[in-house]
Amino acid sequence: MAEQQGSRPALTHDQARRTVLEVILRIVPDADVDAVTDATRLRAEFELDSLDFLSFVELLSSAAGRRIDETDYDRLETLGCCAELLTGSTAPTSPPT
Amino acid sequence: MPSLGADMDEGTLLEWLVHPGDEVHKGDIVAVVDTTKAAVEVESFVDGVVQQLLVQPGTTVPVGTPLAEIGAGATEAPVAVPAPAPAPVQAPVQAPVQAPVQAPVPAPVQRPRRVPEKAPMSVQSPLIRRLAGDLGVDLAQVTGTGPGGRITHDDVRRAAATGRPRARPARPAAVRATPYARRLAAELGVDLVALGKPDGAPVTAAEVRAAAPVRPAAAPAKPAASHRDTAAMRATIGALMARSKREIPHYYLTSTIDLHAAMAWMRRRNEALPVTGRLLPAALLLRATALAAAETPELNGYWKDGFEPADAVHLGVAVSLRAGGLVTPALHDAANLGVEQLMASMRDLVTRARTGRLRGHELTEATLTVTNLGDQGVEAVLGVIYPPQVALVGFGRVVERPWAVDGLIGVRPLTTVSLSADHRASDAMTGARFLGRIEEHLQRPEEL
Repeated sequence: MAEQQGSRPALTHDQARRTVLEVILRIVPDADVDAVTDATRLRAEFELDSLDFLSFVELLSSAAGRRIDETDYDRLETLGCCAELLTGSTAPTSPPT
Repeated sequence: MPSLGADMDEGTLLEWLVHPGDEVHKGDIVAVVDTTKAAVEVESFVDGVVQQLLVQPGTTVPVGTPLAEIGAGATEAPVAVPAPAPAPVQAPVQAPVQAPVQAPVPAPVQRPRRVPEKAPMSVQSPLIRRLAGDLGVDLAQVTGTGPGGRITHDDVRRAAATGRPRARPARPAAVRATPYARRLAAELGVDLVALGKPDGAPVTAAEVRAAAPVRPAAAPAKPAASHRDTAAMRATIGALMARSKREIPHYYLTSTIDLHAAMAWMRRRNEALPVTGRLLPAALLLRATALAAAETPELNGYWKDGFEPADAVHLGVAVSLRAGGLVTPALHDAANLGVEQLMASMRDLVTRARTGRLRGHELTEATLTVTNLGDQGVEAVLGVIYPPQVALVGFGRVVERPWAVDGLIGVRPLTTVSLSADHRASDAMTGARFLGRIEEHLQRPEEL
């Protein structure tokens, strides 16, 4: 899941959503991810502290195949936003490096 | 039984990682010990050969009880304390490390004595859970052969071998390795064969760790902690904090710091760093605190019969555990770690604190503790000092607020730093100077 890949077929929203939740489960293995919706605020729901969140960004970066910069953090608030980041349905605010 | 903190009276030996006849070196992990807070890896503090194991797994013994005899002709010494000077790179720092061990444990306090009720399935150590998780073993299906029916590493490994051949650890026959290196290799998924040396020298645990795939910081956290005896942990924390409040005349100072320069510097730095090396504000705050502590020796050390300054800054970091409670392992010699190194060490320490992989010395050597409750949204924290330390630094959340700069109001990221200090060891002038130094360091982030 976290392997770096080059170009890949675009994910569907559902696949992207699952990927985000897999990342969450790697950080909080006993997280209850069944009840979450696209509007769930991940940091609050899973009590991610700043170190957890950094791990989340790291894992999501490699799942997305692109660097997620600190300026993108605002767009990682909810599950839906994170999934959008993975499906590429919103453009990155900063060019990938 | 080493004292793994001033709040520990006794510990339960969970497992031996060495056997009689094994050669051990100073710093090698020889046993796993359970306190009410965590399972901790205990290191040998001498070189030698294990003569005799004196305490059987599952036994709870008071701090100070010899656990084993390690000898090599001349050097005979019981393993009673954790390695005094652990990190081989650093200069030996003997005194501060042993201090907590010798700190007077006040007899008058009747600590709640907890004889851990033995081993319902749910009380397996984090190490066991982690191993089981890594090997894909369901602990509920494993019969424990340890004392009180506890499941040992060997039980898990046997279950893995019989149940799922794919999970078998690297072939042991092909290469020499220390026993602990072998276990670690199995747990971390490292192929020992690849580490084999041409001269046939045994592979060490350190080499296995170095070869382990880099894990995301918090990834391996297991639900283990949620099954710990939280009542016992609360009692332990309570006893230490009550002692602190009873014995230490605390004074408190706070100061608000403008982090504009520090945050701007950090953002620029992070643009250049890989995601894995990204800095967090906490790293800058810890760095500034370590430097200020080195410049203010009156706040960095221990109160025993009088104040004893430490000769290095080992910064205790309060780490909250997912299931509640906290531990405060130390960042060794933090004043000599650059900010990026300190960030990496902090991630490593927090990860291990949450997965039950702390070393004994990390729980005892802190000379000054920092608590950063910023993530919890509070603006300031006035903490309780950890005896025998004489000060505790707290950082609140970084918040954006109106702030006067050069006669104009601007919006700036601010944090409130607090100092709780022991009036026996210092007075408020010293404390004020210390907070001032922290602020000055944060205003010059490029020098951090």
